[in-house]
Amino acid sequence: MENEQKERRDFIGMALGATALVGIGGGLGFAAKRTWDPLPSVKAAGFTTVDLSIAKPNELLVEKWRGKPIFILKKTVDMKPNDRDILIGTDRFHVSIGLCTHLGCIPAYKKDEHIFFCACHGGVFDASGIEEPGLPPPSPLEIPPFKIAGTKLILGEEGPEYKQMLAAGITV
Amino acid sequence: MRELKIFAVVVFFSLLTYWLVEPYAHHQMHMKVDKDGKEIVIKSHGFTYDGTDDIAEAERKGDAALVTKKKAFWADVKTVAALKGNAAAGETVFANCIGCHNGANINMGGVIPPNLDHSGAIYDKNYLIALIKDPAMAGNVDHKYADTSLHPMGSIKFTVSDNQQIADVVAYMQEKKAGEVTPKEAFTEACVRCHAVRYTKTTQLGDTPKFKHKKDELAHEIKVIEEQDLVKAYMGNLPPDLSMMIRARGEHFMETFIENPQGQLAGTSMPRVGLNQEGYEKVKEYLTEAGDPSKKAREQLGPWVIGFFVFFTILAFLWKKSMWRDLH
Amino acid sequence: MAHFEKANSLNEWMDQRIGLNTLKRVLNTEYWIPKDINFLWAMGMVLAATFGILVISGIFLLMYYKPDTNLAFDSVNYTIMAEVGYGWLWRHIHGIGASLVFLIIYIHMFTGIYYGSYKRGRELIWLSGMGLFVAFSAEAFSGYMLPWGQMSYWAGMVITNLFSGGSLEAYGLVEWIRGDYVPGDAYLTRFFMLHVFLIPLVIIGLIVLHFGTLRLPHVNNQEGAEIDFEEAADLWKAGKRKESKVIPFSPVFLSKDVFVMGVYFILFFYLVFYNFNFAMDPVNFDPADGLKTPAHIYPEWYFLWSYEILRPFSKDVGLIAFGIAQAALFFLPFIDRSPNVAPAHKRGLFKYWFWALIVIMIALTALGKLPPTDPLFATLGLIFAVAFLFMGPILFVITMFEKKIEKGA
Repeated sequence: MENEQKERRDFIGMALGATALVGIGGGLGFAAKRTWDPLPSVKAAGFTTVDLSIAKPNELLVEKWRGKPIFILKKTVDMKPNDRDILIGTDRFHVSIGLCTHLGCIPAYKKDEHIFFCACHGGVFDASGIEEPGLPPPSPLEIPPFKIAGTKLILGEEGPEYKQMLAAGITV
Repeated sequence: MRELKIFAVVVFFSLLTYWLVEPYAHHQMHMKVDKDGKEIVIKSHGFTYDGTDDIAEAERKGDAALVTKKKAFWADVKTVAALKGNAAAGETVFANCIGCHNGANINMGGVIPPNLDHSGAIYDKNYLIALIKDPAMAGNVDHKYADTSLHPMGSIKFTVSDNQQIADVVAYMQEKKAGEVTPKEAFTEACVRCHAVRYTKTTQLGDTPKFKHKKDELAHEIKVIEEQDLVKAYMGNLPPDLSMMIRARGEHFMETFIENPQGQLAGTSMPRVGLNQEGYEKVKEYLTEAGDPSKKAREQLGPWVIGFFVFFTILAFLWKKSMWRDLH
Repeated sequence: MAHFEKANSLNEWMDQRIGLNTLKRVLNTEYWIPKDINFLWAMGMVLAATFGILVISGIFLLMYYKPDTNLAFDSVNYTIMAEVGYGWLWRHIHGIGASLVFLIIYIHMFTGIYYGSYKRGRELIWLSGMGLFVAFSAEAFSGYMLPWGQMSYWAGMVITNLFSGGSLEAYGLVEWIRGDYVPGDAYLTRFFMLHVFLIPLVIIGLIVLHFGTLRLPHVNNQEGAEIDFEEAADLWKAGKRKESKVIPFSPVFLSKDVFVMGVYFILFFYLVFYNFNFAMDPVNFDPADGLKTPAHIYPEWYFLWSYEILRPFSKDVGLIAFGIAQAALFFLPFIDRSPNVAPAHKRGLFKYWFWALIVIMIALTALGKLPPTDPLFATLGLIFAVAFLFMGPILFVITMFEKKIEKGA
């Protein structure tokens, strides 16, 4: 009899403990998780849509995406095609994160020579973002994740074309 | 005594670690090597300029034509430096300079031409001669130009071409444009055309005035941004704000970088500005005031605090001894 | 209600209400410490003092610091360093303190390892101490973010990237930790919260636990001798100070601690006034710039050894090795199979193991900062990282065969 009562008391105590743990602990944990999530305004700023139809050949467009500059260059016919180009119809575009892969300075586009030139340590990239050998930059300009939507480009989303490039290992 | 032996071991390993992660690692990180992997030692040469660095750099590049060009240029500078300048005659030549260096705060070809009021005091004589002969060569930024006369001040060599004229105008500056110079004046004349210092409210346009109306304040801000855009277009990047530079770079870096920016940052678009020892000291004083104003207080307070703890430790030792006397 | 007499003094009044005299006796005058110790036994109190200094200087800094990416850098470097009276002193003290606290933690840890003070009832002392080490590491890292200089930003970027788990590419987790795609405002403010509130709270809790774990097994001594503390205490109380093997914490043990602290403070303030760059990296006086990576990114010196374990391997292996290295030290009391509680020089092969550990940790620390582009440094890094990983299994084996030392014979 007494034993039974003790068991009962123990059971109720444990049930209370478990309820408190699951309810308060779980609730707090969930709330903490949600509170730490990136805010909607931050998330919204993480995707940039660029209209490529306004780009003019051999004129560099610079957009900002997640705190980084993005280079968009519509190639002219005499510029060498490259697998890293984004094709929209028959137009070829070079799109990359505009940070020198040496130390992260922002290179300038030299229209006449069709090169990106970094003023910090003299690095040079061609119109496909490929580094000139023998100079400081160790790798080509990085291609950000993108998705093609008509003539528009959504930066931050991974479309099939980007996934292909990624698989081929040519985004960096 | 055993305890001292243990102490020695602890000190040894602590100092070894310190030496490895500080002096040794930093030396390895910032070491510059030539093509054969030999270390290039960059030393200050007392803020005098004779082209030694420039010629050595050209030699390391293995560019024979450039070596000849640099050698010839600095030999020319030496010839002019040997001439006796006439300050009175120099005054008329100086009129050529005032055309641009007029204090009007108007950007010309990239930067606002600096005021020359203390040019004789803060710049080195050889450098001034070199600058008038060919500004891009003097600044050691000739690699930026296909033709050095394309430098914003490049046309000077067509207006003042005679060696005696150069000697005269430099003599004039050293005599009449010298005098007492404050750190602020030295800094403004030598650096402000490119660099802002937000801790002293200085921009590329000079001191930021106080505005009564928000509208005027914003108008000034726009003017600053426009000026910065011009400087940026000319230099490739906006030169950094110098507020904290005195803490961000060591003394050695500052000295050697100002003497020859290419030595520390090969390819940089910053030209050599040609400060002499006095000019450098003044600029350093200004930057210290901006970025490390507590330096004086720190150095004054240091010995007192350390002295206090020495005294504290002596007392603590005596207390410990009295406590432990009858324990063994 | 309990019966209270009229108190004749403040001391008595307090004693009636919170048992002041009992507290004093239990925590001070009759808290027994072995007599056979050296200055390394003072490191605990030196750490407590340094933590106190960090709290005090931190409170002053907190009054002017602004956790906002637009304001943080200038609130530290202009407001605190240039405008606030003695603001520069608080900052230098805080910076030096943060660095020296790790020097002392390492000395304290190696002392524990050398004298075997983590075994036979002292396991919890070691575990709570390791907990403190982790908490202090988190405290140091979060604090390093606050000035929002170049090193703050890029160290934050690199370290939070570790949570992507290599090939797992858990960028969702990284973004969750940052509250943004790159370290930004949300990131700075949450690390500010961690640094000034949550982690200090955890540290204080762990310090109490760490002290608590000492109580029953008592502090170890230079020979690892087993002492009958009650008998020794009785001898002391009977005035036989020479014969007793123990001393009371206060004032006898404390008098030695205070002297060691004095020597330590001379070093501390020499660094505060004259040699602070090692603890306040000049690169961090450049404001954070997400568009410009510094030439060399390296953590503060006390993280270098674990950073170097990450570096020489491929991404995934590196992360696993890094994870093992972080956890391995926790298990020390259970890896060491020998029952001997004795200084390393009396423990055969363990002696060589100990000094090898010191050499490996220092080598890793140095290589963590040296440029890995140099093939010599890269190779050495790999060798020492692998050596470190083998130290655990080696310890397990050599201590299994360690000869038992007969005590008191």
